Order: sequence, then structure tokens, then C-alpha cells
Amino acid sequence: MSSTVKKIKKTSMLKKLKKITFEQPIWLFILLCVIGFSFSSEYFFDLNNFKNILVQTSTIGLIALGLTLVMINGNIDLSVGAIVALSACLAVDLQADFGMFPAIIIGLISGVVLGALNGLIVWKTGVDAFIVTLGAMIGIRGLVFVYTEEQSFFANDFAFSDMGSSSIAGIPTLALILVGFAILVHFILAYTIHGRNTYAVGGNRQASIDAGIRVGPNIVINFAICGFLAALAGVTLSSQMGAATPNLGRDFELWAITAVVLGGTKLTGGVGSIVGTFGGVIAIGILRNGMNLLQVPSFYVLVIMGVILITVLFFDRQVNMRLEKEVGR
Amino acid sequence: MVLTMTKLKNEHGLSKPNEENRLARAALNIFARQGILIVFVIFLIGFSLFSERFFSADNVIAVIRQASIIGVIALGVTIVVIGGNLDLSVGSLLSCCTVLVVDLHDILGPFQAVVIMFCAALVIGAINGYLIGYLKLNSLIVTLGMLSAIQGITLIYTGGQNVDIQNQSDTWFTFFGRDYLLGIPVPIFIFIGLGIITEIVLRTTSYGRKIFSVGGNPTAAIFSGIKKNKIVFSTYLISAFATACGALILGSRVMGSQNNVGQGYELLVLAGVILGGTSLIGGSGSAIRTIIGVLILSFIQNGLLLLSYPYYVQWLVTWAVIILAVWFDIASTRGRLFTSY
Repeated sequence: MSSTVKKIKKTSMLKKLKKITFEQPIWLFILLCVIGFSFSSEYFFDLNNFKNILVQTSTIGLIALGLTLVMINGNIDLSVGAIVALSACLAVDLQADFGMFPAIIIGLISGVVLGALNGLIVWKTGVDAFIVTLGAMIGIRGLVFVYTEEQSFFANDFAFSDMGSSSIAGIPTLALILVGFAILVHFILAYTIHGRNTYAVGGNRQASIDAGIRVGPNIVINFAICGFLAALAGVTLSSQMGAATPNLGRDFELWAITAVVLGGTKLTGGVGSIVGTFGGVIAIGILRNGMNLLQVPSFYVLVIMGVILITVLFFDRQVNMRLEKEVGR
Repeated sequence: MVLTMTKLKNEHGLSKPNEENRLARAALNIFARQGILIVFVIFLIGFSLFSERFFSADNVIAVIRQASIIGVIALGVTIVVIGGNLDLSVGSLLSCCTVLVVDLHDILGPFQAVVIMFCAALVIGAINGYLIGYLKLNSLIVTLGMLSAIQGITLIYTGGQNVDIQNQSDTWFTFFGRDYLLGIPVPIFIFIGLGIITEIVLRTTSYGRKIFSVGGNPTAAIFSGIKKNKIVFSTYLISAFATACGALILGSRVMGSQNNVGQGYELLVLAGVILGGTSLIGGSGSAIRTIIGVLILSFIQNGLLLLSYPYYVQWLVTWAVIILAVWFDIASTRGRLFTSY
């Protein structure tokens, strides 16, 4: 026992160095991408383009932020894409009756409620989150269709779509929303009791229960935050278009999971960070944007994204195996 | 469903080890084990009470025929899930295979098209299997990446266009999707036949037992001399083969294909597998129950349509059925309805 502790101490400096380099290889990847694209496209290295990338990724980014909390918690949420559609449809359709801000708030509340419902089911029934949210993904999409009756909505109030294309102090509002919430969620995760409990529950649920952490509420709150951020993503996405369709947000859950995993969050729970997730989101954004500028057909982008996801997973595994050997486990 | 749950609650509250309770407990055990079968029967009875057409032979055959594509794929995915992994790539693999077989049919002829399609599916299955079995990467992420990659490859192959077979009248390729044997559509034969073969392989062969042990306890499986890598690899080959069979039925039935025809199938398939009581952790499950799970989803869809509900109402019912079914399954092994923390 004590010998392992000594070993850990001895290698801690080395480990720290390796940690910085290897735990979030995504930032290295982003750096390489930026350099590569800058040389191959004259339009890439441009402040406006970077703003553009942030706006383009704001939808997936907001979802990925919430998903990070849920995945660190050892769960997964597949229903975020459907929540995006529901909140977008509510926020756009109800504007005619209640005005813009109440409609947006109702959209956000729907996300919080459905997220909390997912969390409550996961907590109380003990059914795996994958199954619960898979069911919810199908069911909430059903709710969207029941509500919309297969119709698309557009916002009569142009203030709504103006909000989507507005900027504050030269920075697009949607980019500010993404960065602001990234900082907020990072703060929650890194500096609050709730954040520490989130890691603990994901690392070892039984131990957390034994330690007296209120595991259930922790799970519910994280699902609620995830639902809220997905709903917010729905609102921002519909404000970009000034419209909402019931099919909005299909496959978004897969993109968001990709971003979170690229950012180094483990599916088994207990490991991950918002900085990493933000990196994953930016990486996807830069890749899509850069390949667009290079006029790569969008079909190839799908293949490249898939290959990159698997490659990152592979390298991540190799690095982890090496780290584990050095710690002496 | 509700009735049995209250029963479960009562039983837990008054659990006394006396003779009278033993009978109730045995009954409860049957409910717990065969819960999904009972739900199935309740749904069938319920729908046939409200709609006369529901239980007619024509309708039942039509439903099973529709279910056969998802069902065949679900059989393959069941084996992967029993082995303790997931396969999300089946949806885009279905698109890829269907496009391939339909497109090559006119270029090379039906036989060559089918052979090449199966080879392509097995190659992709082998890639999945190598990454997950031998490199031991997380199956969810790998197959998620493959989902995206295969969809991309399909789009590149077709150039974004849909494909179809020009001369649909004189080719034997229609056999798999459109023909009848003994008055029963061929897809049903393929579906049920593959289901029975899968069940026999899982229950009676040593290979089947190895899949269960790899999924149930990988460490123990390795220590008892089972080549875990090989088994996991083979489950993905089977899943890809099953998906190719699904593509065969789909392509032959439609005689044409959109390039994203299988989009979203992976999760519908998984819903059927889960509904059949196969545990996502691995190590338990059965092909017959997967068939029942898939059929439940199809009969719910069909029944609600016959009762003239809009098609999307089935999704709401599916939501409730999936969670209740799995909850009931877990509650019966746990002995109480809610978790203790």
C-alpha cells in the first residue's frame, strides 16, 4: 500500500507533465488544424471567420456542455436532440400568444422539466440512463409532433431573428452565450460542491452513496441542467433561422457525444472537464469550417469526422495505458 | 402492467415465508420472467377488442412482414449486446448495403450484387470487430464513428442521388422481398428462420455459451480459456451479416433506395432488443424474446394506426413501454420497485 503511494509521489511530476500534454490532446489537434487550414485557405485565419465558427458551433456546443455533466456523472442523455426540437417549436409558436420572452422561457422550462424527468426516472427506477433517454428520445420527438401536428412555425416577430444575428461589442450574441455558459458550467463543475459530487458519483456510485452524498438529486440536477442547455440550444438555433420545424435536432445527440468524447470525457464517468469539451466542440467547428472553405464535399466530412473520432479514442487509450503503467497499477 | 406492479408492491410489503405466499410468489416469478410476453398478449387482446381488422390474418402477416427488416437486424444486434457491446452502425450499414445491392444489380447482375453486398458488410463488420475486439476500444464510440463514416461513404458512392432498379419485372431478385412461399411472404421466413437459428446457436452450441460468458464476466471468460477477442470480433461479423440480410429484404422489396434509408434504424433496433429483455450490460438475452420485442413495437404501431391515431402517437406509447418494461424487469430481480438511495 505505502509503496504504491511512494511510487505515485515519485512519478507525480512526470505525470503532471504528461497530463497537460496528453489528457487533452484535442487542443494540440486544434492547433495543428488551425495551422494547416491557415496555410491552405486564405479565408480561414480571419477574425470574422473565427466568430463565424463560434456561432456555427453554438448549438452543438451548448448541448455538449450539459452532456458533459451527465456523462461525468456516469450517465448519458440521448434525448437532447428531441428537446432541441421541442423547445424551438414552443419558443417560436407561442410568441404569437404570449410575446417573445415568455415564449422563450416556456421553451427553456420544457427542457428543464423533461431533463429532470429523465433524471428522476434514472434515479428512482434504476434503469440504465441509456435506455431511459433512448425511450425519451423517441417519446419526446412524439411530443413535438403531437404539439406541432407536423407543421413548421416561423416567428412573426423579427426581434427574435434579429437576436440571433445581433452582436454585442462586435462579438455575436450566440458566441457570447456559448462562451458565457461554458464559463458558468466550468465554474459549477470545478468549484462547487455539486461539481465535486458529480465527479464522485460518476467515479464510484456505491462509494458516493456510502459517503452520504445525495446521489439521486445530484443526478436529477445534472439531467435538468442538460435539458436546460439543450432547450437553450433549441432557442438559439431557431433564432438563427427565425423558424422551427418538428424534425429539428435529429442526430444532434450523436454530434454532441462526439464533441464530449473528443474532449476527453470518459463514458464510464468520473473523468472529464468543460475545457476539454469546449476543445472538442471547437475542433468539430474548425474541421467543418475549414473543410467547407477548402470546398471538400460535405460527404467526405462525415467520413473524416468518424475516422477522427475513432483515432482520438485509440490514442487516448494508448496514452492511458502508458500512464497506468507508470503509476504502477 | 399496473396490476402486476401493485401486486409486486403488495408482495414485497407482506413478504412472509408461509405456504400461501409460495404460490403467489411462483405466480409473480412467472410474471417477472415472462413479463414482456404478458404485455404482448395484453396489447394483442386490447387492440383486437377495439379494431376488428387488427387480428385478421392479412393484418398480422403484413405487420410481421414490415417488422422483418428491423427484426433481422435486431437478431444480430442481440448477439452483440449479449457479448457486452453495442452496435450503432447498423443503421448506416443498412443504407450502405441497400444502396450497393440495388445499384450493382443493374450493373453486374443480381447474383454478383448480392455477393458483393455481403462481402462489403462483412468487411465493415470486421473493422468494427477488430477495433472493439482486438484494440478493445469502447464500442459505443467506435460504432458511432462508423455510423458517421459509413453514411459518408454511402453518400460519396451515390453522389447524393437515389438509386433504383430499372427493369423490375424479369429478375429473381424480387424473391427476397416480394414473393410468397405457401402463402406466406418470404421476409417472414427469413426473419423467423434466422431467429430460430440464432436461438439454437445461443442455447445449444458452445459458441453460444461463450458469447454469454464473455458478456457476463469477461475476466472469468478469459481465465477459463475463452478467446474473448475472437468472440467479440465474431459477434460484429454476425451483426453485419444480419444487417446485410435486412438490406437484402429492403432492397428487394422496394427495388430502389434512398441513400439515407437506414437513418435512425440503429436506435429502433436497439429499442426492440431492449424491450426483449436483453440486458445492455451483457451476459443475458434471447433471440426469441428479441423477436417478441420487435413485434410488440410493430403491433403497437399498427394497432394505433388502425385505431386512427396519427402515426407519431406510437412514439409516445413506445417511450412508456420501453421504460416500464425494463423497470419491471429490474424491479423483479431487485425485489422492490424503487432504488434504495
